[in-house]
Amino acid sequence: MAPGQYSTDPKQHTLSPIVTGATVIGMKYKDGVILAADTLASYGSEARYKDVCRLKKVGEYTLLGGGGELSDFQYLSDQLDEMADEDWLNEDGCFMGPKEYSSYIGRVMYNRRSKFNPLYNQFVVVGKKKDEPAHLMYVDHQGTAFEENFVATGFGMHLGIPLLRNSWRADMSLDEAKALATKCLEVCFYRDCRAYCKIHIGVCNGTSVDISAPIPLNHFWGHGAWTEKRLEDDDPTATW
Amino acid sequence: MVEVEEPQDYLDVFQSQRGGFSFENCKRNAYLAAQANIKPPTAMKSGTTICGIQLKDAVILAADTRATEGPMVADKNCEKLHYISKNVFCAGAGTAADLQHTCEMMESQMELLRMATGTEPRVCTVVRRLSSMLFKYQGYIGCALVLGGVDVTGPHLYQIYPHGSTDKLPFTTMGSGSLAAMAIMEAEYNENLSIEDGKKLVAKAIRAGIFNDLGSGGNVDVCVITKETGGAILRNYEKPNERKFKAQHAAFPKGTTPILKEEIMKLVSVEEDVVMRD
Repeated sequence: MAPGQYSTDPKQHTLSPIVTGATVIGMKYKDGVILAADTLASYGSEARYKDVCRLKKVGEYTLLGGGGELSDFQYLSDQLDEMADEDWLNEDGCFMGPKEYSSYIGRVMYNRRSKFNPLYNQFVVVGKKKDEPAHLMYVDHQGTAFEENFVATGFGMHLGIPLLRNSWRADMSLDEAKALATKCLEVCFYRDCRAYCKIHIGVCNGTSVDISAPIPLNHFWGHGAWTEKRLEDDDPTATW
Repeated sequence: MVEVEEPQDYLDVFQSQRGGFSFENCKRNAYLAAQANIKPPTAMKSGTTICGIQLKDAVILAADTRATEGPMVADKNCEKLHYISKNVFCAGAGTAADLQHTCEMMESQMELLRMATGTEPRVCTVVRRLSSMLFKYQGYIGCALVLGGVDVTGPHLYQIYPHGSTDKLPFTTMGSGSLAAMAIMEAEYNENLSIEDGKKLVAKAIRAGIFNDLGSGGNVDVCVITKETGGAILRNYEKPNERKFKAQHAAFPKGTTPILKEEIMKLVSVEEDVVMRD
């Protein structure tokens, strides 16, 4: 290879994700919308970066949560920051809200997949602009985009959506919503190999967008069936 | 031409039935796949939600009632809870025929064992026999089982996979709806539940599978096994999918269609003098 040449192969597009984030859970509550995600970025099956914030504040009123390839999430975050700066420079008395950002992200994702160079992510774009109704949108690496009252990405789709469908109500208080999101991520931690027991919760209530400090999750491993001594042998942990 | 080995005498038959693994069809399968593009049958997906929990002195199993044939619902209200013995029951996901026959085989073996030893069969015996058999067939028998029962050593709950691996667990779910049911279990299980709360929990888990998984549906069957009463299957414990509107046809009264002619023909002649042949 010549000095300064990066590779002998011609230009390549993203083939598969390398450093990935797992589940993101979003749900509307009485006064706005919340987003929750754990703090892990996995390198394949290795739990490589355990203190990553996968939630990002975009502009004044919007929150972006990203699962999937972390570098693509960071790239899009930078692009959205530039857009937010231009929005501020316009000085036209209004700022872009979650509807605008989620629509833009949806088009970007579909455009990239149509060029066979996708951003390998599952995004949840949430926000509440002052007195407008709360907004929650799911955007995929394939360009799938839809609005909903609650969504979950990745494994959260299989483990969290049943819990959300049972317990979600439109008039939930902030504490109830946080408890439900925490419960879903707890179950994900038990049953998803790529999940983690520390999470961030972000809240958009129309006036401010706050991302919490990392919250540790509770987990219980002391089931009697695992710890009891059985009649025949002294080894308490054998299952076969 | 593919060579076919004919057994020569009784020793060859004995040799072929000795047991252990026989790999003589592997060459044939490879030949068929390469030359005639004939692939072996693929495993059928188990569109089911089954679950079980172990409580202080009881085991509760539950299952949905949908049997699927590809994308079609073959049976809206089939029975997935099988009787093995008075104190051992199992819920099965996978190929319906395999499950039925495997469970019937276990039932008969346990009854023979009970009669031979005069004692109640233990759960671990069934588990051992099932896992040995399934491993022998290398996963080709598509039985994924949640097996539970109460014997002299207490309540036990096992999970058995088609390849023969077993797990002993406090709560478990299997089938395509297992993730949805597991979410409910992980959120709400604890070992100090009463039997009534346990029944509600397994029913809730199966309902999560029914409504969140396309391969599961229909009603909820529950089976409670306790030391005193043995096991009892509560068929259709919950019916969350009752048909709301059914087309009503009033029965036509007799005589609506007029009878024009009546003719009775004798097609069978009965012979009284039957001679037994030697």
